[in-house]
Amino acid sequence: MEVRELICIGCPLGCPLTVRIEGENMEVKGNTCKRGDDYARKEVLSPTRIVTSSVHVNGGELEMVSVKTKQDIPKGKIFEIMEEIRKTAVDAPVAIGDIVIENCAGTGVPIIATKNVARV
Amino acid sequence: MAKHDIVIIGGGPAGLAAAVAARKAGIQDILILERDGCLGGILNQCIHNGFGLHTFKEELTGPEYAARYIEMVEAEKIPYKLNTMVIDINKEKEVTVINKEDGLTTIQAKAIILAMGCRERPRGALNIPGYRPAGIYSAGTAQRLMNIEGFSVGKEVVILGSGDIGLIMARRMTLEGAKVKVVAELMPYSGGLKRNIVQCLDDYGIPLKLSHTVVGIEGKERVTGITIAQVGPDRKPIPGTEEHYSCDTLLLSVGLIPENELSRSIGIDMSRITSGPEVNDQLETSAEGVFACGNVLHVHDLVDYVSEEATLAGTNAAEYVRSGEEKSNCHVVELKAENGVRYTVPQTLDVNHMQDQVTVRFRVADVYKDRYISVYYDGVQISKRKKKVLAPGEMEQVVLKKESFGDYPDLKNIVICTEVE
Ligand SMILES: Cc1cc2nc3c(=O)[nH]c(=O)nc-3n(C[C@H](O)[C@H](O)[C@H](O)COP(=O)(O)OP(=O)(O)OC[C@H]3O[C@@H](n4cnc5c(N)ncnc54)[C@H](O)[C@@H]3O)c2cc1C
Ligand code: SF4
Repeated sequence: MEVRELICIGCPLGCPLTVRIEGENMEVKGNTCKRGDDYARKEVLSPTRIVTSSVHVNGGELEMVSVKTKQDIPKGKIFEIMEEIRKTAVDAPVAIGDIVIENCAGTGVPIIATKNVARV
Repeated sequence: MAKHDIVIIGGGPAGLAAAVAARKAGIQDILILERDGCLGGILNQCIHNGFGLHTFKEELTGPEYAARYIEMVEAEKIPYKLNTMVIDINKEKEVTVINKEDGLTTIQAKAIILAMGCRERPRGALNIPGYRPAGIYSAGTAQRLMNIEGFSVGKEVVILGSGDIGLIMARRMTLEGAKVKVVAELMPYSGGLKRNIVQCLDDYGIPLKLSHTVVGIEGKERVTGITIAQVGPDRKPIPGTEEHYSCDTLLLSVGLIPENELSRSIGIDMSRITSGPEVNDQLETSAEGVFACGNVLHVHDLVDYVSEEATLAGTNAAEYVRSGEEKSNCHVVELKAENGVRYTVPQTLDVNHMQDQVTVRFRVADVYKDRYISVYYDGVQISKRKKKVLAPGEMEQVVLKKESFGDYPDLKNIVICTEVE
């Protein structure tokens, strides 16, 4: 049996959650409402995150353009994704929503720009 | 002298939302003055997500949130001047500005909206013994260097202060390949949002040491190590608890203060607690026709509330310009923060001229469990709301309805406080 301690981020209350995992079964304790239970199960089974960073721009009014994963990605993929982002540079102009990397680190999720950068 | 109906100082989210609201309220002649080379304010360097959950019902990054408001300003064709710094304002509402094209000029405004945001507490206030080697940055400066200028800040990092910028930077630097060894916080609780502690520290196994501070900095040219120690209830280091970390970078995230040199120069009444102007329910300062909103008024952690507050300031400034006359028949009531409530914004309320409802925002002084937030009119309890947890890091609010004042024609004060039972 595995026991995990989590803090629910569903609301400012931040309930401390204890999850007992036995094979297929999971028991959540410490939550005040149903959202805490849902959060704990997702955190244990398939935690996901949005990753944000910035990449270099060639010929732009700014040095860097901020970017993010278009959807949530599995938490375990964060560092692989960062490695690809770090290797990337784009040419100006860039607009919010432009795809900077397609299918980043094999997740099927693209990296998109979150800022407009004009050409100079 | 150039003349404008409403002059807005600062083109961050507060200034932009105020401008849009003033235009929607029918004022054509508006000018935004921004000292930076672009609109958007601090949001430009906040590239993480978590903005706009309330306003747009989706989670945006800082630059995306800013872009939504910049688009509205462009769509309304509201004029703005970039690279233009306001250096003085006075009671006659003359705004002195400086920029490359025009040099030093003065603008006459009918109403002014202060939206200058806040800045980080300087590190001088920290009083850390030792040399002052390279490698010590305020967290916000490090954020700008990395996210906007693409500069790599350091490889091994210790962070002092667990405010939101410090937490966000702990994650950011980890993602960029640095090793964040510890976040030390002087207080027994974090000043940051819980969500940031989970997603920025816990996710990456970065330890948060509460009731700890930096007692020594090593290195002459560049930082080579940091010593932290536990502090007692008096916040003084406890001998024998020192721990040493080797590192090349120290980030300081020790709080923000509203940027209020201008507000002081015009002689506005300032709150000693928020370090921002005192305002009435219209968000008007003690100088008639001068309004304030956003981080210059009090430090916010959620940009959504900044936009909401600024919308109110913009609407009220428009109303002031349109009516152009002083209000008569005022019934001004003081709002008092007591027993664990540190301050309220606004600080006064005019019962006769208020909107149907007024949102009062405040912060508590400490972490409290199982307390009520209560409202009293002249000593009579009007409402109480149970809160399981209250923390200084999370802004709270109560809504006061105009109709609730009907039974109190001679009301003198409103008290907002926390209560145990
Ligand atoms: C690091 C950090 C992380 C944050 N993270 C989040 C988050 O995850 N989610 C969230 O909802 N909120 C977050 N916030 C809060 C939110 O971003 C701020 O509360 C909000 O940006 C404040 O807006 P503002 O317009 O009052 O100030 P600012 O954005 O600071 O804008 C003020 C503007 O005024 C200009 N100015 C100042 N003085 C002058 C002058 N004399 N003349 C001309 N122009 C002047 C400045 O250049 C600046 O552009 C964060 C804040 C910070 C600092
Ligand atoms: S369990 Fe419910 S009450 Fe507790 S933090 Fe999560 S959402 Fe909030």
